[in-house]
Amino acid sequence: MGLIARHLEGLGYPTTSLSSAWSITASANPPRAAFVNYPLGHTAGRPNQLDEQTDIVRSALGLLHTAAGPGEIVPLPHTWPEPWRAKARSLSDNRTERHDTPQYQRPEDELAVTT
Amino acid sequence: MPHLPPDDLDVVDHIQQTRDSYSQLGYEPYRWALETEPAPFVAPTKPLADSRVALVGSGGVYHVGQVAFHHKDDTSHRRIPVDADVADLRTSHFAYDMTSARVDPNVVFPIGPLRRLVDQGEIGELAPNALAFMGGIYSQRRLREELIPALVADLEEMEPDVVLLVPV
Repeated sequence: MGLIARHLEGLGYPTTSLSSAWSITASANPPRAAFVNYPLGHTAGRPNQLDEQTDIVRSALGLLHTAAGPGEIVPLPHTWPEPWRAKARSLSDNRTERHDTPQYQRPEDELAVTT
Repeated sequence: MPHLPPDDLDVVDHIQQTRDSYSQLGYEPYRWALETEPAPFVAPTKPLADSRVALVGSGGVYHVGQVAFHHKDDTSHRRIPVDADVADLRTSHFAYDMTSARVDPNVVFPIGPLRRLVDQGEIGELAPNALAFMGGIYSQRRLREELIPALVADLEEMEPDVVLLVPV
């Protein structure tokens, strides 16, 4: 996503990014990023926590007016309520096989396709 | 030299994790983008309260009625109407635990929070479609030649003042 951010910014769109993967974001080096130190899959907050999600989105958008120059990654204060890093650091690979056909969340989604 | 996290922040190094697990599985290493030149930097011309905000998310979100993503460098994207019912959003992605996203897609595609910020007057309005794709694309060439031009074409049509990017 960092490459996309850089590209859009280069076209004249001010961009701001969220991130939960510091090393990936630092490497791709987007113009601005707000860092959420949560397990992957919660870049914009925990499920059904609209207040928290709104705070996180507001913080990311706020960087558009506060970041002084490119490359800032600003850690947000949110902390995950349970231990999670040990599991995230274990080497188990949970990636699924990479099929080249559409992978629907629910079988009925395939029947509902209209476009 | 990439920007390092502050010493007191305990971050998981996802690049190292993926390198380790891929080499253990005998896969070819994923080549992360490494950009050492400073990024372009454009100051917004308007306050957020007067700005049109576009959302781009890589969590593999699709709307019921749309074709889901496939998992072999799918460079397509979906246009999600910003007034969509979050209950009609689905996720399809090979590389992250979607448990939470399937309970509440806002965790990777925050249209609910964005709508709230509009209601509260903190942002002006939302671009009519939020754009969703599936991250983890191996080919940077295909990212540059296929996905980025398609996203740019949609954004140009919607003329956002600022863009919020939400990776997973």
